[in-house]
Amino acid sequence: MFPVKELKRSLFVSIWFAFLTFPIMVIKVDPIERIVSWRWDNMIFVAIGSFVLSILAKVYFVRKERRAGSKKAQTVLTEPYVHRILREPRFLYPLSLAVLTFAILFPHLFSAYQTNIMTTALMYVVLGLGLNIVVGVAGLLDLGYVAFYAVGAYSYALLNMHFGLSFWLAMPIGGLLAAFVGVLLGFPVLRLRGDYLAIVTLGFGEIIRLVLENWNDFSQGPSGIANISRPGFFGIDMSFSASINYIYYLVVGLVVVTIFVVNRLQSSRLGRAWLALREDEIACQAMGIDKTKTKLIAFSLGAFWAGLVGVIFAAKTTFVNPASFTFLESAIILSIVVLGGMGSIVGVILGALTLILLPEYLRALSEYRMLAFGAILVIMMIFRPEGLISNVRRSYRFKKQTSSESE
Amino acid sequence: MSEAILNVSNLTMDFGGIRALDSVDIEIHRGEIVALIGPNGAGKTTFFNCLTGIYTPSAGEIQLRHPETGKKSRLNGMKPNKITEKGMARTFQNIRLFANMSVLENVMIGRHCRSHALIFGAIFRNPATRKEEREIVDISYQILKKVGLHKQVNEQAKNLSYGAQRRLEIARALATDPFLLLLDEPAAGMNPQETEALINLIRLICSEGHSILLIEHDMKLVMSLSDRIFVMDYGKKIAQGTPEEVRSNPAVIKAYLGEDVDA
Ligand SMILES: Nc1ncnc2c1ncn2[C@@H]1O[C@H](COP(=O)(O)OP(=O)(O)OP(=O)(O)O)[C@@H](O)[C@H]1O
Ligand SMILES: [Mg+2]
Repeated sequence: MFPVKELKRSLFVSIWFAFLTFPIMVIKVDPIERIVSWRWDNMIFVAIGSFVLSILAKVYFVRKERRAGSKKAQTVLTEPYVHRILREPRFLYPLSLAVLTFAILFPHLFSAYQTNIMTTALMYVVLGLGLNIVVGVAGLLDLGYVAFYAVGAYSYALLNMHFGLSFWLAMPIGGLLAAFVGVLLGFPVLRLRGDYLAIVTLGFGEIIRLVLENWNDFSQGPSGIANISRPGFFGIDMSFSASINYIYYLVVGLVVVTIFVVNRLQSSRLGRAWLALREDEIACQAMGIDKTKTKLIAFSLGAFWAGLVGVIFAAKTTFVNPASFTFLESAIILSIVVLGGMGSIVGVILGALTLILLPEYLRALSEYRMLAFGAILVIMMIFRPEGLISNVRRSYRFKKQTSSESE
Repeated sequence: MSEAILNVSNLTMDFGGIRALDSVDIEIHRGEIVALIGPNGAGKTTFFNCLTGIYTPSAGEIQLRHPETGKKSRLNGMKPNKITEKGMARTFQNIRLFANMSVLENVMIGRHCRSHALIFGAIFRNPATRKEEREIVDISYQILKKVGLHKQVNEQAKNLSYGAQRRLEIARALATDPFLLLLDEPAAGMNPQETEALINLIRLICSEGHSILLIEHDMKLVMSLSDRIFVMDYGKKIAQGTPEEVRSNPAVIKAYLGEDVDA
């Protein structure tokens, strides 16, 4: 069944891998005992492992090609059962209701510890949905998203420290400040495309972090700002566990609002323009779309959401320092969007829950978190480049009515 | 004849050392179908790109005059989207549809510059936004009906046949409400039946009050449609006139070097 050529290739792949991993897998230097140990058996494992994996990948691709070749209609029937559920209101509404009920009952069913983790995961859902507008819908690869998150968090931290500003006032201010910074950055940067935009936004993210780290008079440097007030509820003092639940519900509320808003944006005139910009910028301009303005709106809207979550983050941890806003954070949020499915709301939610909850519950895995991220992303790019759940565009019905009336 | 709606004078475009357009003068009047022909590499597409703001011309003047309001605007250095707003829209020689969007959505994008809803409207879907959105869908559907694509509204643009993609390009441009429509080789890749249908479509569009400037290699289409023809070669305008005049012009025959102009 398998041609010799393919076997040869897999053999080559395995030898190459054995060679590449030689320094870390085989040689072990103990600097204290001054012993070098050679773990040759590891090399054999790597070689066999990569050989088997490469064969498996090949089999998968051969199958996939055959399936694609055999009949198109068949794939149309089998593929999008997820999409069908998402499109049909009679499936979608009960499902959403069930999920929402579960979310509301969650703090009563599980411990405060679990609730806390869930709050964090949901914050990443919102961050993912925010970045999804920028990367998934408008196609602007932003690697410095965490900068806006930091702007939100520090807005609240500083305003609270200096002026005792309350959480509820800080929310809109933090969001708007982040959006404002987004516009400031966007103006010069958004004429760049693809890789160039990615590099510049990456640099910008680092600049913000470095400023926070080094401008001691402004941000108290690496030691950060502590004792930030938790969100108040009409001035009532809350116990620690009550405040955990309170923040949890707050974030659930924000998730619901975000889903609503992002969903509406996507199916609006603006959302269409974003999609079109991702497809072909020149055609877009020739069709009368103001490229700069449209991109800027996407960029600053994404930043606004990061700012909001930043404020909540500061309120939740009551402490911020620059270490929370490293590039890793941007990478995680981007992974959420890519893993979940660019442009797909449900996909991003699943992506966030997977990437944030999995390492929490599989403590053993958390050591290898970065490795797992890398592996997941590479595997996704190979096997499902469109993400867990690809985006479904809304369709229009004219046929049944035959007249020109729509929807 | 009335004042021209498009007046191009002395238009020159240099790419480094290459002069792709050399002092080209062209004018188009209301209600006309004008063809721009010439051998490959003559600079026709470059001419379109200069008109529509994709390139900024090195020298020359481009003036657009709105046939109803009579408002004149100088297009040099204007952004492409502004030019489209002024009422001149185009199609592309190498089809540039939004491949992964539906046929209807492609046309709806054309309505973008004639509608206004932004963030607020998108989120709250106030009555004005809903009305605007309904109009966008209705107008787009009507245009698709005109070009014969209304059965494929939800099809992805990339799944259309080549000829259908060309018609969708026209539909998308029409959605921007242009008074002047620029078509870059609309019949390229079409079979004779499709070309025939295209000729009728262009006539229909013209009769609805759009003026048309088209680039085309298909001489049958050019000769049967055009009121006037401009001929370019090596970036220069070498001839102009009615189809009959151009057909018998020695310079044109020479430029095409034995190509069968009478086809
Ligand atoms: N962006 C560019 N940079 C450099 N040279 C260009 C550019 N665009 C066009 N040219 C050159 O300008 C000349 C005219 O090209 P253009 O595409 O306008 O020809 P055309 O008349 O449309 O030809 P065809 O009938 O094949 O479409 C060609 O020599 C081409 O190489
Ligand atoms: Mg051309």
